[in-house]
Amino acid sequence: MMAKFLEMGGYAVYVWPAFAVAALVMIGLLITSLRTLRAREAILKRLEAAARRADDGA
Amino acid sequence: MSQRRSGSSLHRFANPSRFLRLGRRLTPWFAVLAAAFIGAGLYVGLFVAPPDYQQGESVRIMYVHVPAAWMALFVYSCIAAASVASLVWRHPLADLIARASAPVGAGFTAVALITGSLWGQPMWGTWWVWDARLTSVLILFFLYLGHIAINNAFDDPTRGARAAAILAVVGFVNVPIIKFSVDWWHTLHQPASVFRLGGPTIDLSMLVPLFLMALGFTFYYMMLLMLRVRSEIVARKIRTVQLLQAAP
Repeated sequence: MMAKFLEMGGYAVYVWPAFAVAALVMIGLLITSLRTLRAREAILKRLEAAARRADDGA
Repeated sequence: MSQRRSGSSLHRFANPSRFLRLGRRLTPWFAVLAAAFIGAGLYVGLFVAPPDYQQGESVRIMYVHVPAAWMALFVYSCIAAASVASLVWRHPLADLIARASAPVGAGFTAVALITGSLWGQPMWGTWWVWDARLTSVLILFFLYLGHIAINNAFDDPTRGARAAAILAVVGFVNVPIIKFSVDWWHTLHQPASVFRLGGPTIDLSMLVPLFLMALGFTFYYMMLLMLRVRSEIVARKIRTVQLLQAAP
């Protein structure tokens, strides 16, 4: 039953890579977008903290 | 001030901090809707929908190929609309929306091209053919890449955004060419079978998973747009802080 499903009527080598490519691109875009957002938020936080310290010191 | 208060609702959303709040609230909803619709689309597309009487099980590639191709055109249209808003009204969020969208659209276009190739080999006997539909979609992919490159090619981000916006508006001519390429030229690609005069020609059992996936992909784009625009706003803030520190 499962093997028959995975065979995709003999088109397995075309069907599964198609779904895999879509998943890979969409999950990849999500992960890089989240990572960039987190990294930028961290940089901004550091910069703002440094600016505040400089203000206090002045 | 009074003018701003009486301004259109569009203007209220032009305010980045308002957008940040809205985006933060909407992102989880878009994520849930995207997962639900894509999950349902995968289930119906893989387990419930019948094999095609000519193409057999290979027809299931359609459930990623067609929604990805629709999104490739939809995201580009969003970029073109945002670019008009940026060039005409200097809408402060429009540049960020265009910039945040381009890599997502390029991703969908790549998925459409690769899955199309994987479908073409068993059905047409070739991975690729230089006909109007395939070539115009390849041009769309290069337009996306050009948009990303131009956007980053200037030291001043507003100049990069302007140049990219002009490219996006001029390149929009490609969108109707893609849509009608299957009617205007001889091609191996099958003609429109969903959005056509006289209604869809494909069966409901295949239309349902197709639309479930298309809705899921749309919500996925919305979710990513919220995240990526937020990211662009943070990047602009970083730049502002750095410029202030460099010139005390």
